Amino acid sequence: MSTPDLTAAGGHGAVPVEGVPAGHRSETPASRTDWPLWEVFVRSRRGLNHQHVGSLHAPDATMALRNARDVYTRRSEGVSLWVVPADAIVASSPDEKDSFFDPAADKAYRHPTFYEIPPEVQHL
Amino acid sequence: MSTSEDESTEAFEALLAADDRIEPRDWMPEGYRKTLIRQIAQHAHSEIIGMQPEGNWLTRAPSLRRKAILLAKVQDEAGHGLYLYSAAETLGIDRAELLDLLHAGRQKYSSIFNYPTLTWADMGAIGWLVDGAAIVNQVPICRCSYGPYARAMIRICKEESFHQRQGFEILNTLSHGTPAQKAMAQDAVDRWWWPSLMMFGPPDDESPNSAQSMAWGIKRFSNDELRQKFVDMTVPQSEVLELTLPDPDLAYDEGSGHYRFGAIDWSEFFAVLKGNGPCNEERIEHRRRAHDEGAWVREAASAYAAKHAARPAAEVA
Repeated sequence: MSTPDLTAAGGHGAVPVEGVPAGHRSETPASRTDWPLWEVFVRSRRGLNHQHVGSLHAPDATMALRNARDVYTRRSEGVSLWVVPADAIVASSPDEKDSFFDPAADKAYRHPTFYEIPPEVQHL
Repeated sequence: MSTSEDESTEAFEALLAADDRIEPRDWMPEGYRKTLIRQIAQHAHSEIIGMQPEGNWLTRAPSLRRKAILLAKVQDEAGHGLYLYSAAETLGIDRAELLDLLHAGRQKYSSIFNYPTLTWADMGAIGWLVDGAAIVNQVPICRCSYGPYARAMIRICKEESFHQRQGFEILNTLSHGTPAQKAMAQDAVDRWWWPSLMMFGPPDDESPNSAQSMAWGIKRFSNDELRQKFVDMTVPQSEVLELTLPDPDLAYDEGSGHYRFGAIDWSEFFAVLKGNGPCNEERIEHRRRAHDEGAWVREAASAYAAKHAARPAAEVA
């Protein structure tokens, strides 16, 4: 029997992957047929930073907040939520990685371990 | 291949070799991107189609407690679908297009959801066996090489644990109830056991695609390894439930420390996959209808947003 190519890695069970369309690449995913895309940030408790948790589509900011509450904080995961229009985020490109982050690489003297201190010195 | 593409491939391979994560804006081979889109999309589709067999019992749950729990579980499935569509979109695909592909039958969902939920005990068997199998499948994906998929899986796995435990509790209550309740629990386990084992996919020697997925760090264990793990975890649990798993060949093998199980009827699996399961048409038809009949809500929300965006700032204040 010839077996269709299947993978169980898709979580809820084996589904064929061979010959399945993977859609079309869209350069502006936030702007096509769907509602705008919002990136969601959650502060899990007081004293911590907001952290990125994912995204969602919503027609406006109010709905984005309400949907973010229902999607990302069903189990009291947050005390504060931010939603940010995805196209408002400016990101560094991984292609720039070397040159962009290079200036930090050769400045070991910015770290406390760079300095030689006599072993008998305390509290330093 | 140009020099820059060589360098990109090298950087990609280096990240994989270091067991580091690939992130959305990294260069990645087209095959890797497409494999992930197919897998994440079909995983997302499975989550939202998976709401239907359980939604079937929402209005008939035997108590308010059970009803509230089932509602929370079905809501979680919607949430899991959304986490996954969100992860798929980081690969440069629109959720709207993925839904179109599902509705057109060009992308699939897990065959397990093409079985009917005939009794209340099926809510228990789905939670215990189907979600149990899903957890075994999903835990390794928390270490998937693609960052957004791995992060979505971490959230999902935390929530699946509640799903499995509530299923076990339903069956445990029934199996220690009246004889009729125990029979109902046994019948559900009889029907869901084999389809749950099939969820892990065909045996390793018939899964040629797995090798590439493993090399890419998308898949971490083979179908047979995961299936064995699930059986080993589940058999002792069935003893606590005092329910029988419908396999006369099921036996503990002292030598290997594993439970050996009987042959799986793959002809049933492939028949359901081809569209000949009990509920294939009903599931996709229901999904299409919900999408079409909800169109006016989406349009109204867009119109409301447009109206408020157009208002002068002073008026809003």
